[in-house]
Amino acid sequence: MLRYTAQRLLLVIPTLIAVAILVFFLVRVLPGDPVEVKLIGEFGDVNPELIYKERKRLGLEDPLHIQFVNFMVGLPQGDMGISLVTERPLTEEIGARITISIELAFFATLLSVIIAFPLGTAAALYRGTWFDYVIRIITIGGLAVPSFWFGMLIIMALLATVGKLPSLDTAGLFEDPMANLYTLFWPALSVGYRYSSVIARMLRSSILEVLAEDYIRTARAKGLYERIVIVKHGMRNALLPTVTVVGLEFAFLIGGLVVTEQVFNINGIGKMFVEAVQFNDMTMLQGLVLIVATSFVLINLLVDLLYAALDPRIRYQA
Amino acid sequence: MNNTQDKNDVLLDVEDLEVEFHTGAGVVRAVDGTSFKVHRGEFLSIVGESGCGKSVTALSLMRLLPRKTAAVKAKKIIFDGIDLATLPESEMRELRGRHISMIFQEPMTSLNPVLTIGDQITEPLITHLKMSQKEADLRAIELINMVGIPDPERRITQYPHQFSGGMRQRAMIAIGLACEPKLIIADEPTTALDVTIQAQILELLKDISERLGIAVILITHNLGVVAAYADRVNVMYAARIIERGSSSNIFGAPAHPYTVGLMRSVPRLDKPRVGRLATIEGMPPNLLAPPQGCRFRDRCPIADEKCQESPPTTTAPGTVQDHTVACWKNEFAKENAPTLYGSETAIEKEKSAHGEKVLLNVSGLKQYFNISIREGLKSHKVDIRAVDDMSFNVREGETVGLVGESGCGKTSAGRAILHLDNPTAGNIEFDGNLLNVGNIAAVRRDMQVIFQDPFSSLNPRMKVGQILEEPLKVHKLRDGKSARLDRVAELLTQVGLYPYMADRYPHELSGGQRQRVGIARALALEPKLIICDEPVSALDVSVQAQIINLLEDLQNDLGLAYVFIAHDLAVVRHISHRVIVMYLGKVMEVGEGNTLYDNPQHPYTRALLDAAPVPDPEIERSRQRTILEGDIPSPLNPPSGCVFSTRCPLVTDECKSMVPELDDFAPGHGVACIKIGAS
Amino acid sequence: MTVSAPTENEPKAEITASPEQLKAERPSRRTLFDFIKQQPLGTIGFLIIVILFISAIFAPDVAPYDPEEVDFMASPALGGGAPGPEHLLGGDAFGRDILSRLIFGARTALSIGFFSAFIGCSIGAIIGIVSAFAGGKVDILVQRGIDLLLSFPIIILAILVIAIVPKNVVFGIDINVIIAISIPFIPKCARVIRSAALSIVTLAYVDAAKAAGYRGSRIVFRHILPNVVAPYLILITAYIGQAILLEASLSFLGLGVVEPTPSWGLMLAGVNSDYYITAPWMIVFPGLAVTLAVFAFNLLGDSLRDWLDPKLKL
Repeated sequence: MLRYTAQRLLLVIPTLIAVAILVFFLVRVLPGDPVEVKLIGEFGDVNPELIYKERKRLGLEDPLHIQFVNFMVGLPQGDMGISLVTERPLTEEIGARITISIELAFFATLLSVIIAFPLGTAAALYRGTWFDYVIRIITIGGLAVPSFWFGMLIIMALLATVGKLPSLDTAGLFEDPMANLYTLFWPALSVGYRYSSVIARMLRSSILEVLAEDYIRTARAKGLYERIVIVKHGMRNALLPTVTVVGLEFAFLIGGLVVTEQVFNINGIGKMFVEAVQFNDMTMLQGLVLIVATSFVLINLLVDLLYAALDPRIRYQA
Repeated sequence: MNNTQDKNDVLLDVEDLEVEFHTGAGVVRAVDGTSFKVHRGEFLSIVGESGCGKSVTALSLMRLLPRKTAAVKAKKIIFDGIDLATLPESEMRELRGRHISMIFQEPMTSLNPVLTIGDQITEPLITHLKMSQKEADLRAIELINMVGIPDPERRITQYPHQFSGGMRQRAMIAIGLACEPKLIIADEPTTALDVTIQAQILELLKDISERLGIAVILITHNLGVVAAYADRVNVMYAARIIERGSSSNIFGAPAHPYTVGLMRSVPRLDKPRVGRLATIEGMPPNLLAPPQGCRFRDRCPIADEKCQESPPTTTAPGTVQDHTVACWKNEFAKENAPTLYGSETAIEKEKSAHGEKVLLNVSGLKQYFNISIREGLKSHKVDIRAVDDMSFNVREGETVGLVGESGCGKTSAGRAILHLDNPTAGNIEFDGNLLNVGNIAAVRRDMQVIFQDPFSSLNPRMKVGQILEEPLKVHKLRDGKSARLDRVAELLTQVGLYPYMADRYPHELSGGQRQRVGIARALALEPKLIICDEPVSALDVSVQAQIINLLEDLQNDLGLAYVFIAHDLAVVRHISHRVIVMYLGKVMEVGEGNTLYDNPQHPYTRALLDAAPVPDPEIERSRQRTILEGDIPSPLNPPSGCVFSTRCPLVTDECKSMVPELDDFAPGHGVACIKIGAS
Repeated sequence: MTVSAPTENEPKAEITASPEQLKAERPSRRTLFDFIKQQPLGTIGFLIIVILFISAIFAPDVAPYDPEEVDFMASPALGGGAPGPEHLLGGDAFGRDILSRLIFGARTALSIGFFSAFIGCSIGAIIGIVSAFAGGKVDILVQRGIDLLLSFPIIILAILVIAIVPKNVVFGIDINVIIAISIPFIPKCARVIRSAALSIVTLAYVDAAKAAGYRGSRIVFRHILPNVVAPYLILITAYIGQAILLEASLSFLGLGVVEPTPSWGLMLAGVNSDYYITAPWMIVFPGLAVTLAVFAFNLLGDSLRDWLDPKLKL
């Protein structure tokens, strides 16, 4: 297992480098000149020479390969460059706003898994009953409801009942977890509905698939208690495909943050991303996309390791 | 409960068992009023073709059928004094794995992949015998040892994927044995295994049954296995038991026309060919709408009006022992058994003569597959020597059989000859032309192929007519649509189908019919040689005989040559002029059919023939078997020297360093073994 | 991924009456009537889609008002606009009829949904098939590329493309939005189609076709492509729903379709928090429209999968 972990960790590095390269060039293709936009905004006047000077100062007039080398050399040192708009280091800018997004993503994942597991399992075990149908409708709904609209409905319901929205001045997760949870519960629910639906559906179908396997019949033929057959022999195998989906769908969750933060007016990196697009802040986009893709890669690394822990066939392959 | 070992003491008494499945298409009665008894310590076999209800019978006894779709009814199922038919589920669970246990067909999928073997063996011990984990572990080691798996302490900590197929089935037996049950039900326990491994597993079962006095119900389609191991036999057909008796009665004096046909349609390993195989025409009835009366009526050569009524189960004529049969005409059937399906002597006896001209000449054929194996971060490439230095030829109109166990390279050799995979080295000469990637297209027409799996070998989106018309169109063999359609009709007739079937999709046909379409497709190009890759191994015995006869007829009529690839030694003997025995990519022995089978020289050939059971209990009883030990080595890591050296009874140090040449033992009879000199 | 769940296996009861016989007896299940009978949920989805398409096509005839017609009396900003006989679903901030805007919005949603799913899945399918056939280094390279692209969340990739591709509206359809939505679908489709093609390439009938000396192109077009059509159709159906959802999200963020084009997502954009209480219909109905459309395509996609290719994993 240790060896597998080491191997898998090493394989992440080339992926991350490739992601960085791709992001760098994608962002360079962006049309429009962020400096020009900024200057017009500031002075209402466009002086080509001024633009050139400003660009030169920000290093945008350097040859592409120099920019690229600077970017790639900076990354491992934790230097992502500066924002073209605020001219503050990106690490600072993003650092100030990423915490709440991470907390939100974490709560949403937790909430989704907590909701999905009992629902998916129950739907599988009571397959074909009204209970299964209710869960089925709820989960198909989860795939169809736009998360931003779901968030708006939640807000509407809160305003209509409580009359106000939870304060957005969040206490830190570790300082006051309950207050933090209360603040983030509704946004987390709004972004996690889809996530939990996907997990519940996957779990339901993998349990059904696993329960039809030959080794389940073997377990029953041994005279084991049905409870043991399902939990020990069934669930553990059904978890395998489910865990993979949890990892893959994490990308969707991050995407959901972009709209949900907008709806709940949360100052996280999702909102930051939309602003960066509107202001044409190339380096900011670059930094944000890089962070998002990296988090996806790392989450899937975690998922792979979890998978290996559950499945000896992977564990012993190396 | 007494534990006497008297074989007359009834352990299980089933009366009027009925199992119905409620499917989307309607109600299927998969078991229809069967009654049978199992005595303590006896080895009973239930034999029949696929879909006859034999497995469902077993699963229904264990109450392992899905409760939602399957309805089980019985007058009584008395097991050791308890009526299972009325037993509450909680008590039934206590019985399962404790007093009755079951071994399944697929050792690959029947063990839980994420739990250790040890864990899976100890589960029933902890559940039923309330052992502590420690006691259970010790018992598991003892059990693993008992079923002949070496190094048990290490083995119980391993997972199923670290076990070979044969080892997994041994582990399944260990699980079944764990609580020393009174009855073990083995459902096709060796169908997925190679013949030498099959012999190991069945010997183990027999030995355990005898030593511990455990009764065994062996469910199988393989008549040889039945003859070799069963004390008594139940023959099932279309959800009913149609004949029952001691194994010598059933094999020696069968009284049901179906049993007679079944026996006659399997080729014999131990005897020279006696002629065409008998065939039972048609297919088993559809159990969604079974015919009234005797279910075998439509296929029976001697059925008459009386058979419109269901026949009662009666004592077979002239028997003293317990031998019953459900057939109105059982006396006639029994008396006329040898001629029921046509007299053997009346039909051509010898195989057709073949030409002398060499059609296909293979020399030094090597087929290596280069695969990369990841070890840590590094990966290195390894050659799998699927076929290693193989030479043989096929003459016009001749059938050369290629036989061996899984991984021996027989299929790879066929694919290399066809250039479906380009061979690594060696010369393949066909009809005077040396084949290579460049000119293979020119001879494709003359060299065709038939595959094993009748379900994947036809394009599901094309109608039978389109499948057969396509080669005619591509190779411009007929001008115009109508000429092509005439030819399609002709081809369908030639393989025993009806021209109207051109309009069907493959999924609308049965397995046997699809295999016929596959043959017709090969024939469409008017080839000189057909490579038949396990063409009958996916088919039931009675259908298998039909296809074998068809292939022989086509050979007679069209002068075709065949390379017949199969693992079934008896089928190969029946159909082949010459036979090549392969093991781990190497040719072990080659010779004229009867010579090779009657006078095998190579220790592997002998072991192979020894392992394969013959459908005749008299012969089986007097046979002295030497069973090969161990598993077939991994082709990734073949033994040095002679590839057979790790399992060979004659092995010496020399064998491990020297690769034996295929030397002539006698003219036309080659043996690759340094221990066997020329006579 | 919309329909990520593999189908439930039927319990292994089917083994009873010889699978061959059941197969042989089972009537061909390829007619519309069979689909309706076997897939009631899919049929419901299909009906909803048909209704949506009809109202989109005949929007000017179906809609009670011009979607851009401003009626200040029906504006919640002025205290009016509640759903009633005049405006069935109420009016928006400018007093425009919401029902009419929803009906015209269906044009945007369906056209963008259909074209992006079609373009994304088609390009993806071609890449998947080429990759499966080329094998070797090409295949490995394509796979790595797919893996790389999949590490970007769909919406992030779409927003990046939106930022790159200049705005371009042809016949009232936002081409740049279509491109932005279709690109993230490409790697997903390529992956599914590649594995579908790979599983067919190894089947015996493809070997039989090779052995019969058919040309490569014939094998691809006659024997392999027809058998990946099913997963391709299923993917398109499922991704139309995805695309509608994505278009709504982009427009909501102000990055997709722009005024005055009626779009469901746009109707929810910039809704002043006052309206949450005073004019809830402005929020409820556009979201319901998105949900209903996506729901319908998901149902149809799911059922098509169950019907045509139950083993397909999306």
